[in-house]
Amino acid sequence: MFKKEIRFSGSGGQGIILAAVILADAAVQAGFYAVQTQSYGPEARGGASKAEVIFSDQPVDYPKVSTPDIFLALSAEAYAKYCHDLKHNGIIVLEETLLTPHCAADTLKFPVFATARKTGKEITANMVLLGILSSLLIDFLPKALLEQAINERVPSGTTEINLLAFNYGYALS
Amino acid sequence: MIKQRKLMQGNEACVFGALYAGLNFFAGYPITPSTEIAETLARKLPAIGGNFIQMEDEIASIAACIGASLAGAKAMTATSGPGFSLMQENIGYAIMTEIPCVVVNVQRLGPSTGGPTAPAQGDVMQARWGTHGDHEMVVLTPAGVEEVFTLTVKAFNIAETLRTPVILLMDEVIAHLREGASPPEAGELLVVARKEPKESPAEYLPFKPQDDLVPVPASFGTGYRYHVTGLYHDEAGFPTGNPEKIDRLVRRLKHKIILHQEKFLFYEEYLTNDADIILISYGASARSAKAAVNDARAVGISVGLLRLITLWPFPSTAVSRICANASVVITAEMNLGQIYAEVCRVLDSAQRTLSVTHVDGTLIAPQKILAAIKEAAK
Repeated sequence: MFKKEIRFSGSGGQGIILAAVILADAAVQAGFYAVQTQSYGPEARGGASKAEVIFSDQPVDYPKVSTPDIFLALSAEAYAKYCHDLKHNGIIVLEETLLTPHCAADTLKFPVFATARKTGKEITANMVLLGILSSLLIDFLPKALLEQAINERVPSGTTEINLLAFNYGYALS
Repeated sequence: MIKQRKLMQGNEACVFGALYAGLNFFAGYPITPSTEIAETLARKLPAIGGNFIQMEDEIASIAACIGASLAGAKAMTATSGPGFSLMQENIGYAIMTEIPCVVVNVQRLGPSTGGPTAPAQGDVMQARWGTHGDHEMVVLTPAGVEEVFTLTVKAFNIAETLRTPVILLMDEVIAHLREGASPPEAGELLVVARKEPKESPAEYLPFKPQDDLVPVPASFGTGYRYHVTGLYHDEAGFPTGNPEKIDRLVRRLKHKIILHQEKFLFYEEYLTNDADIILISYGASARSAKAAVNDARAVGISVGLLRLITLWPFPSTAVSRICANASVVITAEMNLGQIYAEVCRVLDSAQRTLSVTHVDGTLIAPQKILAAIKEAAK
């Protein structure tokens, strides 16, 4: 059985749920069974939140991620709260400026925010992260499907800058 | 042709199901985790000539729905625990006045404000008994995005057929879950239209039951004038103090639902045929329960899942039949045993039962249910 479990985490307002929705959308278009869930507090912004995607060649019953294949974090608080139960050989993707304790698994650090700023808007960090993820998942998920999902899911008028950030992220890894 | 699946959210699926069923009026007061229903309908309804109204609170929201339905609209409101509490009096009013509408309650952790984004299934008994007086309640609970769509359509159909409010009881996980779904095409599912009276206005009695025990109150504005009240009333709709008429009305309101219940007592069985242990669950908990059944089967434990889709009226006959030969019946739910008590009520008192409860604001995990299955298998 093929199954990938991805957990995004960050601070409320960073757009990690949107990134997860786009990933799940692309996975469904690729023909997988995909589920996307999230966990966040009552606050509109701030606070640690997570968004998860499972895609598989079999229907997914329990929709939450149990053992992530890939864990991504954009804030130290979210990293501390949600970086657990990683699969053996699981991958951690982190914004490089985060002050986090050493993690045993393979940790990949990227200048996510600095790269996002190159587009003129740091708020595109979620798309940079998605670009990095796309390169890690390239054997399973065509990049074009993610780009198509971005096209359909980001607010109108922001497609270009979001795709730019995504491609910057893709080129990082 | 294989139908294309689309990524869809549970709350969105509720909207699409409602529109499929002919929804043309929504009044609500947005509240997490149901907000996307109001948000999506605020865009969709005006575009098709329907009405979306954001009301001042939940009492007004359901009142507006009842009024719109009385004028012939297919009406729905959506809320969560705190708002559902406020709606209870008017849910009773809709039962008493036999006005169809659909009330969506996306459950969050309570009591009170509780956890706006935290999943729970604590409103099972409130959905059944939240409004006062003797009454029956139809409550449906989905476990997946596509099922949210189809159950919303069915909720409208049952409401129209029985002239009664129907509750679609979701939980936060299912409402916010996005997954691939292929919703039915137009014409694929039955859609029940509002019945219209055959008599002329002169000989018309709005609350006179037909053979199916259901009356045909005319839509306001179609030339039929009558009185609508939450008081005990006669077949003409006027208040009555006649004990015989009162008794007949209260009993009929209950019996009209019992009479038709076999048509909408939905449930799903998974590996129950040869199962020594039966697990009962519903909503998002049932997804964890199914995963637990698969894990238990993998280590040789004979267990099956009975997933309840209709919670009320409680499918007593099905539960007792399916559990008849089980050595243990386990109920897993995200509350402190609300359906468990009902399961115990319908089973032979000698039968062994276990209750798995979960109220920490997270989705119950398969491991927790698996532990109970292993305990039961000892």
